[in-house]
Amino acid sequence: MELLAFGDTGWGDELFYATLMTIAVSITAMLIGFLFALIFTPLKLSKNKFLNFIANSYTTIIRGVPELLVIYLFFFGGTGAVMFVASIFGYNEYIEINAFITGAFAIGIISGAYSTEVFRGAIQSIDKGQFEAANVLGLNKFGKFFKIILPQTLRLAIPNLSNVWQITLKDTSLISVTGLVEIMRQSYIAAGSTRDPLFFYSFAAVLYLLLTFVSMKLINRLEIRYSRGY
Amino acid sequence: MDLELMINSFPKLLTASVITLKLLSVSLIIGLFIGLFFAILRLNKNIFINRFAYGYSYVFRGTPLLVQIFIIYFGLGQIEYLRSTVLWVILKEPYWCAIIAFALNTGAYTSEILRSAFQTIKPGIIEAGKSLGISNKVIFYKIQIPVAIRQSLPAYGNEIILMMKGTSLASTVTIMDLTGVAKYIISTTFKPIEVFIVAGGIYLFMTFIIHNVIKFLEKKYSFN
Repeated sequence: MELLAFGDTGWGDELFYATLMTIAVSITAMLIGFLFALIFTPLKLSKNKFLNFIANSYTTIIRGVPELLVIYLFFFGGTGAVMFVASIFGYNEYIEINAFITGAFAIGIISGAYSTEVFRGAIQSIDKGQFEAANVLGLNKFGKFFKIILPQTLRLAIPNLSNVWQITLKDTSLISVTGLVEIMRQSYIAAGSTRDPLFFYSFAAVLYLLLTFVSMKLINRLEIRYSRGY
Repeated sequence: MDLELMINSFPKLLTASVITLKLLSVSLIIGLFIGLFFAILRLNKNIFINRFAYGYSYVFRGTPLLVQIFIIYFGLGQIEYLRSTVLWVILKEPYWCAIIAFALNTGAYTSEILRSAFQTIKPGIIEAGKSLGISNKVIFYKIQIPVAIRQSLPAYGNEIILMMKGTSLASTVTIMDLTGVAKYIISTTFKPIEVFIVAGGIYLFMTFIIHNVIKFLEKKYSFN
């Protein structure tokens, strides 16, 4: 137990901050994923074949290629890409992107592909009559989307989004390969310096279980809230 | 774009993908048995057996695969007792550690897939078997299991693809699988995009094959 003490003698505080880091990366990645879903879901539903093709390539490639490979692409390629864009604008100094942004972006793109599929499914399963009724009521595009379609989409999407959240949360463990100090990386450091990998990795597993357990409880509440009308 | 690098790295990545396929197939076979075993335990009416099986799948589905590999590869080696047993022959090999972790992980997901398939079998099918005078054992092996397998095919197909992506984590314990070799080439040439296109292409091709095989099996074993 002294291994987990807070302060200089144990790893308690380090692991606590690492857990906060995992939560922060997961939430950022999930939000970036929503942004991607916001762009690609309309493309998927569009009648334009070319836009369809773009959105389908995105979801197929991301869901068919290992997460680790995507992370390596961003880890090794991110700096180069940003510097290339900067050089177009005439900035030629070396730019260092921090591990948090690279990691959150890589996981966000992955999470976005799953979110896109979830939103597409949810919107497609909304009854056609709802769209027609909104038109009949004379709502404009925004009113139709935010007042009629979105609330119903959310109700249908939340159970599946909670799966996406779990996948995202677990995927953040892979960012440890880029050196971002989240649960996995901190456990690796602690295991290395105390020579007690069994304890620290098991403790990491407990932390992840705790995170999934708590987030499931919170999501269940959301689910109840959004199905009030049913 | 460095086309030469892409062409040169292709054979290397292709040979590495054989290791990926080996890891995948061995862990899927072991995982299927583990999954079937725990699915049957989940259907047991004894609350302790039931809880035990639920706990297994909860823990393995609730933690990242990376943690599971690290516990088995780095963690188990720490137990002095294990080092003196026959098990050590297996556990000192990163290859087998990865397979154990993958099999246990996919076993947990498979057990959930099979359990829900068993539970959604229409009672009429079992009753029909009973009224024909078939014994419970035969009903289970000849009726329930085949029907459950058919029903779980789509979900199991997804699981195979997820597991294929999961095998990339073997590269974190020094195994040179497709991702391992890709990372090695990236870190020596600093050409991430080219290598990603080739390695990603091979992964996508494997996903495509698996997807179509499952589709074919679904059609072949569909009820209509």
